[in-house]
Amino acid sequence: MNRITELFNKKKRNVLSFYFTAGHPEPDSTLSILKSLEKNGADMVEIGMPFSDPLADGPVIQQSSQIALKNGMTIKKLLAALESVREEVTIPLLCMGYFNTVLQFGMENFCKTISQIGIDGVILPDLPLEVYSEKYQAIFERYGIIPVFLITPGTSDERIRQTEKYSKGFIYMVSSASVTGAKKGFGNEQLAYFKRIKEMNLSVPVMAGFGISDKFTFNQVSDYAAGGIIGSAFVSHLQKEGASENSIGEFIKRIVK
Amino acid sequence: MSENYFKKYPNENGYFEEYGGAFLPPVLETEMKNITQAYFSISKSHNFISELRSIRKHYQGRPTPVYFCNRLSDKYGGRIYMKREDLNHSGAHKLNHCMGEALLAKHLGKKKLIAETGAGQHGVALATAAAYFGLECEIHMGEVDIVKEHPNVVRMEILGAKVVPVSEGLKTLKEAVDSAFNAYVADPVTSLYCIGSVVGPHPFPMMVRDFQRVVGIEAREQFYEMTGELPDKVVACVGGGSNAMGLFSAFLEDDECEIYGVEPSGRSLEPGEHAATMTLGKPGVIHGFKCYLLQDEKGEPAPVYSVASGLDYPGVGPEHSMLKDLKKVKYDTITDKEAIDAFYELSRLEGIIPALESAHAVAYALKLAQKYPQKSILVNLSGRGDKDIDFVVDEYGLPENPK
Ligand SMILES: Cc1ncc(COP(=O)(O)O)c(C=O)c1O
Repeated sequence: MNRITELFNKKKRNVLSFYFTAGHPEPDSTLSILKSLEKNGADMVEIGMPFSDPLADGPVIQQSSQIALKNGMTIKKLLAALESVREEVTIPLLCMGYFNTVLQFGMENFCKTISQIGIDGVILPDLPLEVYSEKYQAIFERYGIIPVFLITPGTSDERIRQTEKYSKGFIYMVSSASVTGAKKGFGNEQLAYFKRIKEMNLSVPVMAGFGISDKFTFNQVSDYAAGGIIGSAFVSHLQKEGASENSIGEFIKRIVK
Repeated sequence: MSENYFKKYPNENGYFEEYGGAFLPPVLETEMKNITQAYFSISKSHNFISELRSIRKHYQGRPTPVYFCNRLSDKYGGRIYMKREDLNHSGAHKLNHCMGEALLAKHLGKKKLIAETGAGQHGVALATAAAYFGLECEIHMGEVDIVKEHPNVVRMEILGAKVVPVSEGLKTLKEAVDSAFNAYVADPVTSLYCIGSVVGPHPFPMMVRDFQRVVGIEAREQFYEMTGELPDKVVACVGGGSNAMGLFSAFLEDDECEIYGVEPSGRSLEPGEHAATMTLGKPGVIHGFKCYLLQDEKGEPAPVYSVASGLDYPGVGPEHSMLKDLKKVKYDTITDKEAIDAFYELSRLEGIIPALESAHAVAYALKLAQKYPQKSILVNLSGRGDKDIDFVVDEYGLPENPK
């Protein structure tokens, strides 16, 4: 069974997931960050594949992508660095990035390679559902890769139901109608949106992302969703404090303790 | 041009055959769907159409003339005609879509227009439209272009727009698009993103083309009235492709017209020295749409360059990408040097200083004229060159004493 499915079968609440950009802060920090995250209690990780023209990322992640690109990070290098990741890391892993880089790599080649490595899912925020279902669904299924789609406060119920149909692992609930970035706390409008989604009783778990930065915001979303994904706040911590095991442990402690 | 073509392309999801579409994160996807809906319901209304027509006539000064270039034709052969978009208010074709986009914004109750600009022409045109409708205007522009196109920066500021300098990457058009998109995503409710060409996610390539069609509709009629026939050859420069789509759209089903889109080969066809997207690109996705794209093997958009700031974009309109595959339009290139020569030729033989972008089309027309002395050639003179004069003289000198 796919590790993502397995995780959500086992754990229904407080699922703690992280995003970071491969190749940032150091060219070869990817594997050690993954190990430190698992060791310190992360349930799942999204590994960002840097792109120069991101349309969905806030300044922190954009900057990390630029540093990663300067560090020479590419899909090819990332997959090489992850080749034996499953000897050391057991939690579910996803690759997250922009469609064009994967398109040029070759979608089939990509899915095949990551499934051999043991990556469980892929998030391509700029790949529309329709294009996925028409052109790529068969490839994803052939290699057992779980696609994850995003919904936002502006997404209609009808569209959410469509998204549900194509979703296998979880649905990524974007907390606000904005780009990624750490926020101070979610207000009534956002909480009402989380509630609306919760009351839709979707058949796949929902993970909240964008704007989760600390214990408070993580607990806020955990009342409504299976858990939360911490991106900008973590990337910004890596940028400032470095990617040592200690530094990562400190960061996670602030959220779960 | 039969309406069938326009009903068929793009399809309801914004595709021109395999190109176009909307490759967007869901936040933007939702907004684009809203804009598409608004466009269909508002822009086809009687009120909208009559208001836009009145603006075209009384404010923009349309129709712009088609002009026969006597001395140029004498020297180079052929019969060379120019569609004078340089005489369109604000000095380029860009105002055609900006007035449309701003009118749409007004009908939607938006307060602010956001866009990127390369040469500054789109920025000036949008700032003009914003002033006309009493809307705020925020223009994102690469720092390199800000220096090169300084007069346009001043014009935008005089018109009341806020110019946001972009310091990422090569500091030109591509980075300006990223920056403008991000500003729009942060505030999609009160603002409208007004893209500067027939690029970007659906509905922009369609919307901008529709607003630019006025160029081709006028030119076809004017040319016919002047000559009793249709032009043998139709030429326009292609950056994103808005002026070209405007003109081409009226001739796509005239098999006797040969259509040419002209891209910049800059200093050379080596990577980073040009923006010859159609010639050297391959299909990819940038800024939310699929098109021919100059990119490296990793799928990163390649660095681009042209002496004409308005042409240096690594992507190109999806409709052009389709027209290339369908072989309806031939895409070819002109170098910096050829464009500069044409810039001076048109200035000195006809008393018209063209924009460096338009000079690419003129240069290509001169080549065609020499090759086909019996043919008539209709060129889209997309803009006037006032913005470029200091740059050209500083960099290339005057023809008597070239650098
Ligand atoms: C005068 C003029 N012509 C042409 C262009 C290129 O744009 P497009 O290819 O969309 O017509 C520009 C862009 O700034 C311009 O200013």
